[in-house]
Amino acid sequence: MSNLDSFRLETRDWLEDNCPETMRKPMKTADDGCWGGRNFTFKSEDQKLWMDRMGEKGWTAPEWPTEYGGGGLSKAQHKILKEEMARIKARSPLESFGIWMIGPALLKFGSEALKQQHLPPIVRGEIRWCQGYSEPNAGSDLAGLQSKGVDMGDHLLANGQKVWTSYGDKADWMFCLLRTDPDAKKQMGISLVLFDMKTPGVKPKPIKLISGSSPFCETFLDDVRVEKDQIVGEINQGWTIAKYLLTHEREMIGGMGLTGAGSKTLGSLAIDSLGTTFGRLNDLFLRTEVAKWEIDAAAFACTAERANDEAKAGQGVGATSAMLKYYGTELNKRRFETLLKVGGSDELIWDGDLSKNDGWMAKTWLRTKGNSIEGGTSEVQLNIIAKNILGLG
Amino acid sequence: MALVVNEEQQMLKESARGFLAEHAPISEVRAQRDSGSELGYSPALWGKMADMGWAAILVPEQFGGLAFGHVGMGQIIEETGRTLTASPLISTAILGVTLINLAGSDSQKAELLGKIANGDLTLALAIDEGTQHSPANTKMSASKQDGEYVLNGTKRYVIDGSSADNLIVVTRTSGNPGDLKGISLFNVNSDTNGINIERTNMIDGHNSSIITFTDVHVDENSLLGEFDRGFRPLSTALDVANVHLACELLGIAQESFDITLKYMKERKQFGTLIGSFQALQHRAASWWSEIELCKSIVLKALQSLDEGDAKSPALASIAKAKLCEIVELSTNEAIQLHGGIGMTDEYDIGFFIKRARPAQMLYGGYSYHADRYALISGY
Repeated sequence: MSNLDSFRLETRDWLEDNCPETMRKPMKTADDGCWGGRNFTFKSEDQKLWMDRMGEKGWTAPEWPTEYGGGGLSKAQHKILKEEMARIKARSPLESFGIWMIGPALLKFGSEALKQQHLPPIVRGEIRWCQGYSEPNAGSDLAGLQSKGVDMGDHLLANGQKVWTSYGDKADWMFCLLRTDPDAKKQMGISLVLFDMKTPGVKPKPIKLISGSSPFCETFLDDVRVEKDQIVGEINQGWTIAKYLLTHEREMIGGMGLTGAGSKTLGSLAIDSLGTTFGRLNDLFLRTEVAKWEIDAAAFACTAERANDEAKAGQGVGATSAMLKYYGTELNKRRFETLLKVGGSDELIWDGDLSKNDGWMAKTWLRTKGNSIEGGTSEVQLNIIAKNILGLG
Repeated sequence: MALVVNEEQQMLKESARGFLAEHAPISEVRAQRDSGSELGYSPALWGKMADMGWAAILVPEQFGGLAFGHVGMGQIIEETGRTLTASPLISTAILGVTLINLAGSDSQKAELLGKIANGDLTLALAIDEGTQHSPANTKMSASKQDGEYVLNGTKRYVIDGSSADNLIVVTRTSGNPGDLKGISLFNVNSDTNGINIERTNMIDGHNSSIITFTDVHVDENSLLGEFDRGFRPLSTALDVANVHLACELLGIAQESFDITLKYMKERKQFGTLIGSFQALQHRAASWWSEIELCKSIVLKALQSLDEGDAKSPALASIAKAKLCEIVELSTNEAIQLHGGIGMTDEYDIGFFIKRARPAQMLYGGYSYHADRYALISGY
């Protein structure tokens, strides 16, 4: 038996013994996710148990080195772990910006001290992170950010305002971009720093969206003390790291798939809602919209699959994540426009007893309008494709 | 199966590209048109393609074929799309071979497939009768009389109708137009008495005909497959043809894009390259994204054909529909982004749109296949 085969059997056995039954069901909404951190209210004992057990094994961050608490698995072993988890429908034990974003950045650019300090608590789900990037005047033009980090000798003093901080009011630590050299050319005067959200002067404030409440916050920084050893990489060298992180974020969003797709296809929902005559939907124009969407969605799913397979085979074009993010988010928006029309007027009831799932469809439809804006707007993705893939401009 | 082209298939693609660059570059399209080619393709080129083994790719090994599979064949067809090369590949090597593989008796296979594999026999499918593709609405009749069949009717848009040795004719032997049952296929020599073939000069310069059958007598051995039950093999063969047409459309879309992108990096106006204008950059980027989707769905459909799985009919219609949409976008954008010279006959870019529309319409365009896909999906 090969090493990988015995790894598979060991993994299967360990999961059988350690994954609670209630954790063997898919998550219904984002609320079902386990985010960990100092302030988290676990939905159940099982949820905490699952996070703790996977965290202890390092399997919340399977490929991270074991010296930082990670699982130390190879890509092949990680693939096996994913397959074995899927086999018993085990849900993800931990949702974490630490795992998806700042962790990989620290592994690549962070000092040994920072890695030792921050990575193990991320793996164990003890510390929850948020991202301090965008500002009211620096969105697409992130490099234009103005929040300052002034050198006070033995520390930096941060002042400014961040916006679109996901879970800012729930997070324990922030990774934050500050302008530490106001005289340098734009990208050259930026640093990536880390600080505890409990530091005096840090004030998160939730943002309400057109779709209702959201995890987003504004974060105000008022004379916040940032220790110098919490600067990632070198001072004024933060932009390179920021870009690396943004690529990860783009891949994360691009890989998310369609919102609440569930098991019902758009076509089957349309059949339920509109009915058919002689095999064709009763609204022929909407039928065209549904079919066109399903054709594009099938081609897109194949595209994500092919990009994945080509990357594994060492073929393919870099920067494909920009195309996948662009097309996938636009496809998701189209889906909800069609879903809303197919669903009809009952889906317009916003809340209350007469609403369907507390207005889930209308709220989600509105929320999808943000998909083509967050993580780099569609227009920015097209710029990236034009420049990096097509060699234009 | 990984959604990638394997090494062997990639080599076939590269060799096809090299072969076409040497023997059928795009200048041949103009030459064929201007010389008023009688066959609509070059028989010398077809001979060379047969020498390369291209006519044998889908023929089973026991009949002298290479049985290389659809993904492999699709790579060749895609390259012929790039050079807009006319040949009997779709009608004979793909559609004809598939129909005989599916419906032919052992003796018919033995008689026909070997010759096809050598490039010595060409076929044409005579199916549509109106201006829109509609196999179930076949009206052309074949009535059984004294151990023979007598064919009467008219077929339109018969690709390779005037050049092929044999016609595979779709007839109705019972039931009414619209019924799937009652369709029978006949393999008929195009010289047969009563067959009148009129070649039409199409916008792409390819070979197409209107064929009338007046009391055409054919023997029992001409029946291909089961009497009244021809629809099933016909439908499968059309799926195969449509996936390969999607490959050709992919080649057309990609080449139009590549030529246009090159132009955007050369053409200067207002003191700068037109490729530096953001509006055009965004247009090119979203166009490129759509072509990536096309590459993926075509490969998926080809692999499905090789696996022979139940998803093939749906995938064939998805692939053909999507490719019709995007080749239309591609050929239109190619002209527009070239500006004035895109409208000249002297420039090659106009040949792409002229070939794309006939290939889109052949065996069903976007509307036909989106409708078919929806029906397969229950709506």
